[in-house]
Amino acid sequence: MRTLKFLLRKELLQIFRDPAIFKILFIMPMVQLLILPLAADYEVKNINLGVVDHDRSAYSRKMVDKIISSGYFRLRDYSSTYAQGLKAIEQDKTDLLLEIPTQFERRLIKENESEILISVNAINGVKAGLGAAYIQGILQDYNMEIRMQWIQDLRFNRIPVIQVVPANWYNPNMNYRMFMVPGILVMLVTMIGSSFASNNIVREKEMGTIEQINVSPIKKAQFIVGKLVPFWILAITVLTMGLILARLVYGIIPLGHYVTIYIFATVYLVAILGLGLLLSTYAQTQQQSMLVSFFITMIFNLLSGLYTPIESMPAWAQMITWFNPVSYFIEVMRMVMLKGSGLADIRYHIFAMIGFALFFNGWAILNYRKRSG
Amino acid sequence: MKAIVVENIIKRYKAQKVEVTALDGISLSVDQGEIFGIIGPDGAGKTSLFRILTTLLLADSGYATVDGFDVVKDYKKIRRKVGYMPGRFSLYPDLTVQENLEFFAAIFNTTIKENYELIKEIYSQIEPFKDRRAGQLSGGMKQKLALSCALIHKPSVLFLDEPTTGVDAVSRKEFWEMLHRLKVQGITILVSTAYMDEATLCDRVGLIQKGILLSVNTPKGVISAFRSSLWAIRANEMYALMETIKADPAVKSCYPFGQYHHVTFNKKEQIEEHLNRIVKNGSFTGVEMFPIQANIEDCFMALMSN
Repeated sequence: MRTLKFLLRKELLQIFRDPAIFKILFIMPMVQLLILPLAADYEVKNINLGVVDHDRSAYSRKMVDKIISSGYFRLRDYSSTYAQGLKAIEQDKTDLLLEIPTQFERRLIKENESEILISVNAINGVKAGLGAAYIQGILQDYNMEIRMQWIQDLRFNRIPVIQVVPANWYNPNMNYRMFMVPGILVMLVTMIGSSFASNNIVREKEMGTIEQINVSPIKKAQFIVGKLVPFWILAITVLTMGLILARLVYGIIPLGHYVTIYIFATVYLVAILGLGLLLSTYAQTQQQSMLVSFFITMIFNLLSGLYTPIESMPAWAQMITWFNPVSYFIEVMRMVMLKGSGLADIRYHIFAMIGFALFFNGWAILNYRKRSG
Repeated sequence: MKAIVVENIIKRYKAQKVEVTALDGISLSVDQGEIFGIIGPDGAGKTSLFRILTTLLLADSGYATVDGFDVVKDYKKIRRKVGYMPGRFSLYPDLTVQENLEFFAAIFNTTIKENYELIKEIYSQIEPFKDRRAGQLSGGMKQKLALSCALIHKPSVLFLDEPTTGVDAVSRKEFWEMLHRLKVQGITILVSTAYMDEATLCDRVGLIQKGILLSVNTPKGVISAFRSSLWAIRANEMYALMETIKADPAVKSCYPFGQYHHVTFNKKEQIEEHLNRIVKNGSFTGVEMFPIQANIEDCFMALMSN
């Protein structure tokens, strides 16, 4: 126990003495938490709209007005021919071109139907898809409106209308930050757990101090626990600061219990620290361990469901996410924060995480050698 | 009981399909309380031998014991008993002098207080700087701290891998004085060095080259084993002089040594006449020559060229 106490003391002394580590550990996550959730917003706004109105009628003007007043679109170009309108897309002035044919109004009234053309710049897939969907929604609405005007004298609606009214459960205002902040917090804790821990051990290799430790009677387990605990403390501290920030800045108050989050985070960090430890047993230089852990955390984060929903990934990618500890924590965070899940609801996540912890740490301990062959 | 026994240790490394033999059947034994020097040029295999004896490296074949314990089977017992000071400074540069010492005391399950007597003499010299970070110490002070850390658990055998490399002459002298005081306390010391002049400070020395132990002897024994007669010679044209001497078939070796060249011959008689002849033919100025007693470096030069 005394040995362990000194190992921990030494580790913490070193961490607190390195001003760079200290700054990186605390300032970087805070900045990320303050900037990322505000900037990384899925809702596409300010889509630049180009209009080619061959009809120039009251209906067509009303339709364009309706689109603009939705708030998603900005009218940037008003051309007289389709070719000119397309040019505006090419020049990146507009993202979306709406072409209203001649006699749009007339056909609408006389023949009860009319066509319009939407051309979308699909370079940015998300913007194109959402832009087209928004405009279709608005047009449908508009369509409904004029039909209602014509048939309002009838007692029963001749055309059956199904109106969809969505209710957003667990996040009633569809507040994007409620969804992002917990996820980003997980990402930060993961980075600290894996890269910092692995770099720290590899640094001992580089300095040669690990030789001095290897030649001492210190036990493998003591050494490993001595390395795990300080980084566990650091990661939990960062998590706590993140949760406080989420509450103060974004007003995110978890529906579930903080204790649930901490219990899961404890198991999760043992797994992630084990991964860092494993990397360090293979890497010889800090550069190697940095690059490898960067690569792994990047894949973990992109396949975690933080940015894109796991359900929309192809089947093989969904299989990969089963082996991604980050995706479990992000799911748990969202469940506890937004849905108010308790320990019973996340028990399978906890079991999976215990599995990860045993796997990574077991492999790391097997691979850590106090002497070479 | 011998403090260290090494029997036919072989260690090979594979580096990009080329096999390098670092230790090629080394055997030696070191008595308790002896200062045993391993002398050899860089790459001779000194560090590999040290790493095997300190249980950090496994030998391919052979057998070795330290303090009576097998380096393979009883490595745990050895780790309690030995102090190892690697060639490279490997303490924590961001911890202070005192924190380093406390840390190493703790991982060996002891305290500074318990063994303060042993390191007192060495540590007292750096104690005024005990709150300074180890990375900011001078080279000599770093060595003293490293030695203190290697001694803090009162080892019975001390392994010092090139402890004086990169240390100034005064600190080197001090360092060797400290080793002699440790020897008095009954600690066996295995020390390696690339400086041949340090060989005379050991009780016995082993000369190692390309993984092979060339000779093991006391420094006096090494010198008395030197059979050829040795001459020192100088002239104003030093480089040309060496070239001319080396070209002579009767000359065994000629190498620069301080202000003189040291020359040995394949024969024993008429050496002065022979040298005079060489010098006359080459028209050198300010020539000075005289026979000298071989020192330990001459002996090693002779051994290594064989």
